[in-house]
Amino acid sequence: MNQMRAPAIVSHKLRAWSGVPALLLALLAVFLLHIAVGAKPLPIQTVIEALTGFDSTNFDHVIIRNLRLPRAVHAIVVGASLSLAGALMQGVTRNPLADPSLLGLTSGAAFAVMVSTALFGAASLALIPWIAMAGALGAAAIVYLIARLVPGGATPLSLTLAGAAISAFLGAVISVIHLLNQDTFENLRVWLTGGLAGRDIALLAYVGPWMALALLAGIVLAARVTLLAMGDEVAQGLGIRTGLLKAQLLAVVVVLSAGSVALAGPLGFIGLVIPHVVRLYVGSDYRWIVPYAALAGAAYLVSVDIVARIAIPPREISTGIITAMIGAPLFVHLVRRRTR
Amino acid sequence: MSRLETIGLRAGYADVTILDEIDLVIPDGQVTILIGPNGCGKSTLLKNMARILKPSRGNVLLDGKDIHTLNTRAVAAQLGLLPQGPIAPEGLTVRELVAQGRYPHQSLLRQWSRADEDAVNTAMRTAGITDFADRAVDTLSGGQRQRCWVAMVLAQDTGLILLDEPTTFLDLKVQVDLMELFTGLAHDRGHTLVIVLHELSLAAAYADHLVMMKAGRIVASGRPDDIFTARRLKDVFGLDANILRDPASGRLVCVPFSARRRVEAAQ
Repeated sequence: MNQMRAPAIVSHKLRAWSGVPALLLALLAVFLLHIAVGAKPLPIQTVIEALTGFDSTNFDHVIIRNLRLPRAVHAIVVGASLSLAGALMQGVTRNPLADPSLLGLTSGAAFAVMVSTALFGAASLALIPWIAMAGALGAAAIVYLIARLVPGGATPLSLTLAGAAISAFLGAVISVIHLLNQDTFENLRVWLTGGLAGRDIALLAYVGPWMALALLAGIVLAARVTLLAMGDEVAQGLGIRTGLLKAQLLAVVVVLSAGSVALAGPLGFIGLVIPHVVRLYVGSDYRWIVPYAALAGAAYLVSVDIVARIAIPPREISTGIITAMIGAPLFVHLVRRRTR
Repeated sequence: MSRLETIGLRAGYADVTILDEIDLVIPDGQVTILIGPNGCGKSTLLKNMARILKPSRGNVLLDGKDIHTLNTRAVAAQLGLLPQGPIAPEGLTVRELVAQGRYPHQSLLRQWSRADEDAVNTAMRTAGITDFADRAVDTLSGGQRQRCWVAMVLAQDTGLILLDEPTTFLDLKVQVDLMELFTGLAHDRGHTLVIVLHELSLAAAYADHLVMMKAGRIVASGRPDDIFTARRLKDVFGLDANILRDPASGRLVCVPFSARRRVEAAQ
């Protein structure tokens, strides 16, 4: 009987690993496609040549290197970050609806960037990530304090409710500031709907390493998130210092959310939907959900950005609008599958 | 010498004292059962022994060392805990749940080994859940689910196992099966178990060492034959009950009665 079962485990493990190369291939494919399409469609062959053997006298190569490649890399970093952050938050809060916008992180970051722009004019590039991070952390702290004041303390439910309230409030304030200073914020209008057009590669070079570090840390901590999801006391009994782990996870999530906001503005639904899609294939162990969510999130945002770029030529739709337009029905579909 | 003991343990929140001067020695290789009325501090005592709560005064000693000075992960390789109300994440399979018990034995470099695989299979066999290893835990019945959690603690492969009300809300048959499993672990495999229990007759039947608590203090401890008496139950629980001995098994049974009805019967 037990001999019969051993292969089942092996095949389970194999199946869990087997998706990685498939996802990497898919990511590579949409990455190349993302660079190839646009106002001037380029053959994939040229794209690969520009990436492997750059020729500065070739105009197509210059377009690829200076315009299209940065945008594709942005999409990969932001997509992976938001999705991984969402997966971690769903585990820690034991709330399937958790995502970076839930605890007020994205609206806090957006709010901080907005206010600092209103007060000091366009902030220096190097400051934006720090301002966004301070905003995200500040919003998370307020959410936590409100949740603490609720009888029963900072439970997943009180955190969720406080986060929704703070997000809505900050969103309203952002709208008011925006309405009062329409001219000043013309350049922020596109940023606030979330988008990847015309992003500066310098900013990516600045926050990219931090986000890569946070992604790595998130994958390393993933196995412990499953233990945390089984209850604090179970986790403590298995030798987890839950307070320390939560602080580490908060740091990872804040860096990823604030970095994403700094790079692309507030993009919704990725952190919420992608972890659930991933669960359909890898099950409920965060050891697998987290790395898969990062890969799938990257591939998803690159794909969505392709749609944003080519849907109604010659104009572009903001990527944030497309993630919501595709994400919302996808989410409804997932909810229906779960309840069946 | 005993592996686990408490010395002068005191615990509480702010100005409420929950445990007072608890000196308790847990006998090795035996089943120790803690009983007492709701709010007497038995769960708090168990959590202190499992180093989840920190006492305000006194010590918990694991192998002679203060448990709070030890690395928590190293403790987890020696001492397992099943708390009340653990949560099975939606969709997590039985095998995945049980495998989480191996966490203290793993590290960043040593992820999953043959020993982990064997421990998980053995734990599932011992708990009798091998047949639904690949089903989601949240689709199982209460009794089956509790067996999964027990298997997770068994996979942790610790000499000391602490269980907080592991039989609550389960059918009597399931309760008995679990108690048989626990006594088997102690008597056949040399594990040391500490169990918080509500069911008095079950406690008297299965305890090697019974500890009765009231208002944060230990009122009596010893073999059930010596301390499980009608007077003590009246004293500790305020419960009117007769203690009978089952002629077949020799075990003690607690039969509660209402004082009023006995008076009526006498008339």
